[in-house]
Amino acid sequence: MTVITPGPAAAAIAVDPQTWRQRTWAGSVLDFCRRKPLGAFGLAVVLVICLAGGAADWLAPFDPEENDFSAMMQAPNWLHLLGTDQFGRDIFSRLVFGARTAMIVGFGAAIGGGMIGLVLGVTSAYFGGWIDLVFQRVLDVLMAFPLIILALAVVSVFGTGVFNVIIAITIPLIPRCGRVVRSSALAVREIPYIDAARALGFGHARIVLRHMIPNVLAPFLILLSAFVGQAILAEASLSYLGLGVQEPVPAWGLMLQGSAEDYATTAPWIAIFPGLAIVITVLGFSLFGDALRDAIDPKLRNR
Amino acid sequence: MYVRKGLRAACIGLAAALTATVASAQTPKRGGTLVYLIPADAPPSFDGHRETTYATVHTVAPYYSVLIRVPPDDPSSTTKFVCDLCTEMPTPTDDGKTYTFKIRQDVKWHDGSKLTAQDVAASWNMITFPPKGVTSARVSYYAMVDKIEAPDDHTVVFHLKYATTAFLPALADPFAWIYKKEILDKDPHWYEKNIMGSGPFKFVSYQIGQSIKGVRNPDYYHKGEPYLDAIEGIFAAKQSVRVDALRADRAAIEFRGLPPSARDQLVKEAGKDITVQDSDWNCGNILTPNHKRKPFDDVRVRRALALAIDQWKGAPALSKIATVRTVGGIVFPGSPLAATKAELEQMAGYWPDIEKSRAEAKRLLKEAGAEGLKFELLNRNVDQPYKFVGTWVIGEWKKIGLNVEQKVVPTGPWFQNMRAGTFDVAMEANCQSVVNPVLDTGKYLPSKVYPENYGYYDDPKSIELYDKMQYETDPKRQRADMRAYEKHTLDTMAHEIVLPYWYRIVLSRSYVKGWKISPSHYLNQDLANIWLDK
Repeated sequence: MTVITPGPAAAAIAVDPQTWRQRTWAGSVLDFCRRKPLGAFGLAVVLVICLAGGAADWLAPFDPEENDFSAMMQAPNWLHLLGTDQFGRDIFSRLVFGARTAMIVGFGAAIGGGMIGLVLGVTSAYFGGWIDLVFQRVLDVLMAFPLIILALAVVSVFGTGVFNVIIAITIPLIPRCGRVVRSSALAVREIPYIDAARALGFGHARIVLRHMIPNVLAPFLILLSAFVGQAILAEASLSYLGLGVQEPVPAWGLMLQGSAEDYATTAPWIAIFPGLAIVITVLGFSLFGDALRDAIDPKLRNR
Repeated sequence: MYVRKGLRAACIGLAAALTATVASAQTPKRGGTLVYLIPADAPPSFDGHRETTYATVHTVAPYYSVLIRVPPDDPSSTTKFVCDLCTEMPTPTDDGKTYTFKIRQDVKWHDGSKLTAQDVAASWNMITFPPKGVTSARVSYYAMVDKIEAPDDHTVVFHLKYATTAFLPALADPFAWIYKKEILDKDPHWYEKNIMGSGPFKFVSYQIGQSIKGVRNPDYYHKGEPYLDAIEGIFAAKQSVRVDALRADRAAIEFRGLPPSARDQLVKEAGKDITVQDSDWNCGNILTPNHKRKPFDDVRVRRALALAIDQWKGAPALSKIATVRTVGGIVFPGSPLAATKAELEQMAGYWPDIEKSRAEAKRLLKEAGAEGLKFELLNRNVDQPYKFVGTWVIGEWKKIGLNVEQKVVPTGPWFQNMRAGTFDVAMEANCQSVVNPVLDTGKYLPSKVYPENYGYYDDPKSIELYDKMQYETDPKRQRADMRAYEKHTLDTMAHEIVLPYWYRIVLSRSYVKGWKISPSHYLNQDLANIWLDK
């Protein structure tokens, strides 16, 4: 455990360790914001989207799935802030609930794909030999397909729906995570404390879980933030192609599907707002991921 | 806003009517090439006897003749039929069981040989009594036919097992192209990959997924026709491509139909350069509960599904965004055998008071122990109108507390699921060509009688009512029998739920003249009477 000794100027504060920790945390965030304003913007976007998704039941003024034929294709107005779609559904409400779908799919696929990739990557690096060879060739095969193509193939096997979309996006993310984590784990494996752990008779599981995985968490977390954005984009793409979640479930890609072509000139707001939501969210995760990498990577920390 | 939209719709309708009137008064001009759009990647084959898709009809119909057809100048008529290869419409003899057709003697095949009654009889025998290994998609339409013969080169006789009003409309089937007997005798599959007919245009070339080209047949037997020098069908599966092609005048017409949004967009942009023709469509979505699965084996649950849907309010609203419009029962609304509004309102799913209807639906669900029922709606991955209608229906069901997830799959798996019975409720369609209610309503018979019914129910009463209606030749009594069959199917047993009928909107460049819309995208597609006012 790292021990930080406060300087003389901080002596008064150091009296209450709880207060000191809070200040340090707040200070770190402020410092992050000051040094990485784009990353801070990304973080803010991520937080807002997460909040919107989590509090959709309270934030949305209308039922996102309720058709209202008396309000079809209304332009943005005071009652419907972002207008209504072809079924008279409130676009703001659908966007807010769509954020929930995006977060469920984004985090679900990113965490699922990331965790499996982490375990496979570290295990592959730790054992080496034929296990590594087999794992890596399997990952090579999966990596040969672009993410969206593989997701399309998987969804065509499992079918549509939120859960199946999560599986479809999780599978292509596994090799991407596994490959990066393996390269970090290969370096960790050569560090003497791993040999020491072996010499002490620790089991493989303990060495992998307690000693290797914690030391590859930095690149893993950075990957994870990028994966969330990629998963949201993949979900939107699948839904746009009609292979993701299905009507009337509110989802951003689904909101674009059909409407973009059919109502581009007569009711452009139907396509514009979900399009903006996708762009801003993916940008937010991308900027936050970049900044996180810079903050965590010692080589880039002071740039 | 609605007043403005109403006025616009009225103006469009008035303009279409005026255009049609003026067109009929104009003298057709000769020459030119018609470039038209085929909304498909490619036809599955060129054989009309085998196929059931517009992709085949729109691609190949201009190269073939038929025995009889709907009048090209009045294709919307549901009761008129005229000769194509015959010389006059026959009067049935033998108590309505024998029809004798005299065949024209001035018809030549595109290879220069003469078409005879033997060719007509051979083609119809192939359709009605397909030999082993040959597929005839509509063979069930001709269950009343006993024998077809050609006693000489200019006479074809159809002998029926029983007299029925369904025979002539079935004979006017637009897929029933006349093939050359000599070729059929050598290889009954030849027409699947080759084109050789006696129609208004001669086949020139075909590029898969791109285009099909034809030129005027100078020996065409309807004198003066066709007016065009050549035709070119362009395959364009994506709607946006077709709309763009019409907008830029790269193509002149698309015959299947486009949604209201495309109409509004093109009319707004191109104004008088675009002509709109619209019509009720002998095609409609139906909801089929799978009777093999609980709780859909319970008539109370099926009735509740029907009672929840507000067709009278939904249809006009949906017509603004989807290719649907008219509320109807099992019979196409334009037919004399169709139910009136008052008759429809007596059945589940059509009650005029929707609140009362939904209260009854909730009561039935409670009684059946199916409150808050959760199930899957199997739908086809086709936007217009399948997915639009599916989304609307799910919204309606939600109002009685049902929790429905839509499972949208491509056409292949959609059929597979229905044929395997692996679904809760399926969104289907009943699309027909010639309006022939007696045959069109066979779709609602149990699957042991009508294999393409996917409800998986057995119902002897339904078969009894249908047979009574089918064998009745008096129009008034037949209409009453049809009502009894309809009420039993949609109300008493609620085997199926009929949703608003589709509405066909055909857009063309205004220089395209002579073609008139019909209630089916399969009809009137030989293009012989089209001319270009350029």
